[in-house]
Amino acid sequence: MKGMTIIVKSISSWVKMLIFLFGIYITIFGHLTPGGGFAGGVILACSFILLMLAFGREYAEENLSLGLTSKLDCVGALLFAAVALCGFFFGAAGFFVNFLHQEWQAGQATALKLVSAGTIPLSNIAIGLKVGASLFMIVLILSVFRCDSSAGKQEVS
Amino acid sequence: MIIPLPVFVAVPLVTAFFLPLLGDKRRFGATILANIATGVLLVAAIATIGQSGVYQVGKWPIPLGINLVMDGLSGLVILAVSVVGFAAMLFSAGYMERYTAKPKYLSLFLLMVAGMNGVVLSGDMFNLFVFLEVASIASYALVGFGCEHEELEASFKYMVLGSVASMFILFGIGLVYGNTGSLNMAYASRSIAETGLTRGLVFALGLFVAGFGLKAALIPFHAWLPDAHSSAPAPISAMLSGVLIKTLGVYAITRVVFNVFGISIQLGWVLLVLGVLSMVAGGFLAIGQADIKRLMAYSSISQLGYVVMGIGLGGLIIAQGGSTAWASLAILGGLFHLINHAVYKSLLFLTSGSVEISTGTRQMDRMGGLGKVLPITRATCTIASASIAGVPPFSGFWSKLILVIAAVGAGYIWLGAIIVFVAVLTLIMYLKVQRYVFLGELPENLSGVEERRGSMTCAMVVLAYLCVLMGLLLLVPDLKAAVLDPAVDVLVNGISYSSRIISMP
Amino acid sequence: MLYAMCFFLFVIGLYCALVKKNMVKIVIGIMIMEYAVDLFLIMLGYRAGGVAPIVGKDEFDAVSGMVKSSFINASVDPLPQALVLTAIVISLGSLSLMISICIRTYEKYGTFDITEIRRLKG
Repeated sequence: MKGMTIIVKSISSWVKMLIFLFGIYITIFGHLTPGGGFAGGVILACSFILLMLAFGREYAEENLSLGLTSKLDCVGALLFAAVALCGFFFGAAGFFVNFLHQEWQAGQATALKLVSAGTIPLSNIAIGLKVGASLFMIVLILSVFRCDSSAGKQEVS
Repeated sequence: MIIPLPVFVAVPLVTAFFLPLLGDKRRFGATILANIATGVLLVAAIATIGQSGVYQVGKWPIPLGINLVMDGLSGLVILAVSVVGFAAMLFSAGYMERYTAKPKYLSLFLLMVAGMNGVVLSGDMFNLFVFLEVASIASYALVGFGCEHEELEASFKYMVLGSVASMFILFGIGLVYGNTGSLNMAYASRSIAETGLTRGLVFALGLFVAGFGLKAALIPFHAWLPDAHSSAPAPISAMLSGVLIKTLGVYAITRVVFNVFGISIQLGWVLLVLGVLSMVAGGFLAIGQADIKRLMAYSSISQLGYVVMGIGLGGLIIAQGGSTAWASLAILGGLFHLINHAVYKSLLFLTSGSVEISTGTRQMDRMGGLGKVLPITRATCTIASASIAGVPPFSGFWSKLILVIAAVGAGYIWLGAIIVFVAVLTLIMYLKVQRYVFLGELPENLSGVEERRGSMTCAMVVLAYLCVLMGLLLLVPDLKAAVLDPAVDVLVNGISYSSRIISMP
Repeated sequence: MLYAMCFFLFVIGLYCALVKKNMVKIVIGIMIMEYAVDLFLIMLGYRAGGVAPIVGKDEFDAVSGMVKSSFINASVDPLPQALVLTAIVISLGSLSLMISICIRTYEKYGTFDITEIRRLKG
């Protein structure tokens, strides 16, 4: 894949950062507004997929290689598991216990603020990392398939 | 010793996601780590025998949060999953060396184990569906792991039918939620007991029977099983035949039918007829096969029929108001056959893998005389064959004996006759395996064959010892009271499950 | 009646998955079934004229510190939405695996027609 015309390239080089930032916003505000880890992760992956469509697969892979996505995928899953397992060791001793959570009281200042829901934002960040990395990895691998098979056909013909 | 229930899901899951971080180079370290994980699961499963309890994930009280339930039935199936998983993982340490992406294989294997443990422990219907999909998707990928022609075809077939089954189950879960207002099995069961079976719930029950029946490969729904189980790598065939079809199919359907909806006469007949059909048709289909793994796959259908038939017969007797003693004997036979079959069928698939890796073929007519060159494989395969055919001192005999006694005692003499007849069929098909594979003349091209020693033979010997000793589980009263009786009680007591779960701390 | 429409869509997907010969069309059929079930689940939680179940500052009762019951009675059921989100994530994983197996099979056999992909018999 070679990428698209100069118009698409220059516009997407502007837009990609905004999409990425929007993905981060959706991920870390997941406990207050609609969205969360999965939706945010999909948007994060979309910014890289846009890069891939506009500049070609090689350029996107220079920025985020296949090995790195696979590692980020695993790191995301392990972070999520770590947040869940921390419940065993802190506080009330239970799997998935929200050990950072404080009892909410009326008029308390932190309610409905960014840092307010205990471990939920942490889990959202981990899920966002995992979903973003794995979705980009899927698209990358499927496009590798396509390049391989077209290369194979050219050899045959 | 109390072991927190999430360990059964968390240990394989965390290990599965840790292994790819090691990279494809450090194969030895990854293998050791995966074996340690399955070993930990085995120890935990043995330590939880006799334990029962409800675990509230995240300390959310029951109707709000997800709960994990450990009772007799879960304990029995977890034990089977852990034993077979441990042996198959030990076997794959040697067997999978010829594949390039071994760490990926190991992490998919552990994901499948995590999914199965989750299905067995879950006390919440949607959570059950999620774990079922985790186990299924991992198994689809594992069946097609070799990426050759047959494997891809089998994997696609399995995946299409498996996805259709999953959609049936999800639709059924949606109907249960709409009709009862709860996804928790205990609360849904209480609500069903109050309202009775409405039309929507009957429809949901039909969807569940079709969906879980497809996952369990009972005879009208069996089309995918022989292809998938014969194309997969041998340790995966052992896992699929040994435990996957039991946890995703038989365990789930008995849990839903007995503990959530409550058994009725019609349902008992449905299970009984499905079981008998699978027994007879699976047996006849198996005898004609020339491929050793296909023969074993068809015989899995036949043996699974025994399990479903025993459980269905017990349910039928309970629903008709017959004597509880015969009902619990039939259910005991079914459940004991379930755990027996897990051990000897996985052993048979492991021996077929050992034969395949030594000779490079699965066609029985191209083999012969391998008994001389593969002594350990031959010995373990003979033990497993004797066990599955029901030769007296081995484990299969005891479970079939109990089923015959229960069927005759409850007045279903024809059923006892069918059970004995299918046992003879099984004996014939495994005599055929012995005759064509291990006896006779060694062909010229196989004269240089050697047995691979090490972890592979170790796994087979462990399972063979279990095959011989399994009868003790029934004959020693203490073991029976610890392992089998609580599982039978869960099914016999039926929908009082809900009141027990709700009252548990 | 709308529930029956969901079931109708489900049956269309089932027909497509079981009858069609092209592998990609079979995958599309399975996805239609998936979306029919998702639609069904979402409709279970629907309430005519309901509001979105997002809790802001105004919905808290100042005295008890809990969400007002009037809000609970007016909002739609959020549980099926969580279920559908999970089901979508699962179907995404299953879909990507199916598509990659379709591509691999095409590389091996050179066709998507399942009547020609028949090496396994019996």
